[in-house]
Amino acid sequence: MADIAADGYVPERDESGALTTVDGTPLKISLRKSQRRAKRRAFYLVVPLLAFLFITFTIPIVGMIVRSVYNPEVANYLPETSAAIGDWDGEELPPEKVFAAMAADMEVGLENRTIGRAAGRINREIPGARSLVMGTARHVDEMQPPYREAFLEEDEDWSDLELWRLLKRETRLITPAYYLLALDFEYTPRGDIVERPEIYQVYRLLFIRTAWMSIVITGACLLLGYPVAHLLATLPLRTSNLLMILVLLPFWTSLLVRTSAWMVLLQQEGVVNDLLVWAGIINDNGRIRMIYNQLGTIIAMTHILLPFMILPLYSVMKTIPPSYMRAARSLGANQFTAFVKVYMPLTIPGLAAGVLLVFILAIGYYITPALVGGESGIFISNLIASNMQGTSAQLKLASALATILLVLVLFFYWLFNKLVGVDRLKFG
Amino acid sequence: MALPTYAGPLERTWYYSYRVICAAIFIFLIVPIVVIVPLSFNAQPYFTFTKEMLSFDPDGYSLRWYEELLSSREWMRAIGNSFFIAISATIISTTLGTLAALGLSRPNMPAKGFITAVLISPMIVPLIITAAALFSFYARLDLANSYFSIIMAHVVLGTPFVVITVTASLSGFDQQLIRAAQSLGANQVTTFFKVILPLLLPGVVAGALFAFITSLDEVVVVLFLAGPEQVTMTVRMFSGLREEISPTILALATILVAISILLLSSMELLRRRSERQRGMSPG
Repeated sequence: MADIAADGYVPERDESGALTTVDGTPLKISLRKSQRRAKRRAFYLVVPLLAFLFITFTIPIVGMIVRSVYNPEVANYLPETSAAIGDWDGEELPPEKVFAAMAADMEVGLENRTIGRAAGRINREIPGARSLVMGTARHVDEMQPPYREAFLEEDEDWSDLELWRLLKRETRLITPAYYLLALDFEYTPRGDIVERPEIYQVYRLLFIRTAWMSIVITGACLLLGYPVAHLLATLPLRTSNLLMILVLLPFWTSLLVRTSAWMVLLQQEGVVNDLLVWAGIINDNGRIRMIYNQLGTIIAMTHILLPFMILPLYSVMKTIPPSYMRAARSLGANQFTAFVKVYMPLTIPGLAAGVLLVFILAIGYYITPALVGGESGIFISNLIASNMQGTSAQLKLASALATILLVLVLFFYWLFNKLVGVDRLKFG
Repeated sequence: MALPTYAGPLERTWYYSYRVICAAIFIFLIVPIVVIVPLSFNAQPYFTFTKEMLSFDPDGYSLRWYEELLSSREWMRAIGNSFFIAISATIISTTLGTLAALGLSRPNMPAKGFITAVLISPMIVPLIITAAALFSFYARLDLANSYFSIIMAHVVLGTPFVVITVTASLSGFDQQLIRAAQSLGANQVTTFFKVILPLLLPGVVAGALFAFITSLDEVVVVLFLAGPEQVTMTVRMFSGLREEISPTILALATILVAISILLLSSMELLRRRSERQRGMSPG
């Protein structure tokens, strides 16, 4: 085996006979090194964006998730009590050391003016607890041990076991309370988890409605998008490029513009009703209510999301050779059979992409339901938004609702990535 | 898909009814956008066609809503805000997104699928969740109600579009060209500016246009992050639509439609240019 090439070049080798570079490193190691370097270089290009997203997107979202379970008020403002109440079994009045700890916390709390916040937090669960805590706290510096007797002398309500059980529950830093609320459950004073009274049940219903309406919208998009995508994919390029503008223009037009257009079209004095009256289909008193209800949301959102169905379907259908259909026909299939057995299976990648994309986008919609949804057409996002503007408890509830929605969306995103692949996402 | 000559009557009927159905869907797609344009010239404060408009009486049409829009200080301020935020966000997100796309398209990018999924995620996460998370985040940093927070938020929302478009335009990129340039004596910087960038430019500009329109149209995040100073035209439009709809909004909507047409045509031109550049047949 002569290692001499035509130009007389002799490859370098080490003692064992493996190929090496000029400086004597085995070629394998050298190659690995250079590949690692290339990998690092590619990664460095992505680092700025990754770091940026980590700070301005990931951290805020993690912060929101933490906020939805974080419950620091009682533990922070009553630290001694929180430590002492840990081994209390909850069956009879807590021992003296718990009361002593409470007295100590009250003294500190009075000095730092934080006792009011703790009282307020407890008051949210047991109305009237604020005056109990504040009233006792004002006299705590005059009290003598044993504190248990002194507390009970000050106010009978300190013998209330429910109060102490609540305190014990609230000393935990992490609470599932807001998730329970977000799914229409709550704690009883004893600490059991029960369904909320029926008149307060909103969120579960809204989650179901959001999912249900998103499915209807996705179905409508599929029903309308499939034939159009098919037509665009089979027409001659010149015509289909022209018709494509009719799909792309809505895609590029502001969401708000399209929603307001539907408000103009669908309202009772609007263009569609006028047209129907003019055509004599309905009379002037029988104008149809098509907006500020579920129907309005479905129509407007179907229109807004339709391009997201058509574009992925079109890009898949364009790659299907028309000869397949002709082959099926020549083998004896009629048009319907050829379409169902040959064409449709080939469009499944586009179908999956379109359906998942539209569903993912629909389920988190806020603007359109807020404007045209009325009472019956709003989505879970709208409740997240309205809770965002409320008290800190509502803010935490909003965080819990948002986290549940996020988990749902991420699941479908994961599915999308698995079935379709994000790198196949394209526009136009 | 011309109708074959051997088609039977059933097939013929289906062929034509299919086209009618498709035409109806195209009308559904385009009518809402077309209708608001003439309505924005309505002389009356109504949202439907008046008798004068239908008979093409010039008195039925007027520019009063455009005058109102352009003479209102609040509206002009909001429009200015929108463009300021959109342009700033576009510059940053195009830079970050293009760099990332260049990295993602390298053949030896580690964990490519996962990183792409992470970079695209701001587009998938519902806006209300992003808004809720960013609101608390910037409030804690005492940066809520600032242009800074809104621009940063819009950079986050715009980058996925840049990453997607630039990656797509790089997918057909011939890596040999880089080697060819280098073998002809160009250094890395020269290669980037003389070979890579010109080929990349259509994709970058398309991504920038996407980022721009995303920021210009965005409502939800601004709704939560903006103080009275930073209110943008879409937020004003949103609150206007919630309270009493005045045709002024339709005038603005018409202007926005014009902007979309402009952007869409530039996209189309870019696409043709890049196809020509790569020696593909023009569409």
